[in-house]
Amino acid sequence: MDWLPMFEWLEATSVGVAIRESLWLFPVIECLHLLALALLGGAVLVVDLRLLGLGLRSQPVAALGRSAQPWLVGSLAAMVATGVPMLLSEAIKCYYSPPFWYKMGFLVIATLFTSTVRRFVVAADSGRIGPFWRGATAIASLGLWFGVGFSGRWIAFY
Amino acid sequence: MELAPFLERLESSWASVAIRESILFYPLVETTHVLTLCLFLGMTATWDLRLVGLAMRGVPVSEVVDRLFPWSIAGFAIMVVSGSLLFLSSPVRASGNVFFQIKMVAIALAGVNAFVFHNTVFRWVAEWGESRQVPARARVAGFCSLGLWAAVVVCGRMQAYNWFD
Repeated sequence: MDWLPMFEWLEATSVGVAIRESLWLFPVIECLHLLALALLGGAVLVVDLRLLGLGLRSQPVAALGRSAQPWLVGSLAAMVATGVPMLLSEAIKCYYSPPFWYKMGFLVIATLFTSTVRRFVVAADSGRIGPFWRGATAIASLGLWFGVGFSGRWIAFY
Repeated sequence: MELAPFLERLESSWASVAIRESILFYPLVETTHVLTLCLFLGMTATWDLRLVGLAMRGVPVSEVVDRLFPWSIAGFAIMVVSGSLLFLSSPVRASGNVFFQIKMVAIALAGVNAFVFHNTVFRWVAEWGESRQVPARARVAGFCSLGLWAAVVVCGRMQAYNWFD
């Protein structure tokens, strides 16, 4: 399937045009994207570190997961809400940017993994899932989200 | 001491030129700087949000601070090293940029805020750390920290634009 017509349409949307024509809109959205990144990173790390037996060790994993959940969902929503307008403003550039496609791939897998496997492992009590699989889940989660962030930053370079 | 000649000498140093002209090193340092936000600010914001009463309310404050502090400090160290390398690549332009100047002031203020918090209300954390409601002074410290670090992030991002060069 050729995505180019869709990206041309995205680029021509009124939101995309408005951001392109504004001097300060893109930078402001970028700042919000970065602030949400810090919160998302915090929400992911607190739980993954705990799965690895680090950080807030004396808290039950499930309780920590429940505390982090609204921040995880909220900051991810903020990432998407700020990411989409940025995509609209430079859709054609993104279409030809390999890091953009890597980022989308990582994002889909990371979101699926977090909402299924990781969610199950976090909610299960420690007797049912041993330290090895908990650690492996954390490493996979960290790796996937790192992939999203790393390739996201490289959209600016390639 | 005159700062301008020093910055110009720094900018013409081999290290500065090497970073500026590198194809991969500069973007890698920049990516490291951005992604370490997750570690440094992610951990710092977690405990600020605990102080403010918005997150981790079931976890004692002393535990949040003690257990996350090493991660936060590790993140801060990576931020300083990667940030210094970015600064080194163009010291004259960076130091003349108003966003960079505001960013440095905000970091200093965040440091003062953290110092005051640790040496006043955090000293008697044993009395209030378990409760969901924290003293007003601790909440103020949490709000100040969140606001100052947010300003640091915003200024850091804005610095890259040449609006005020």
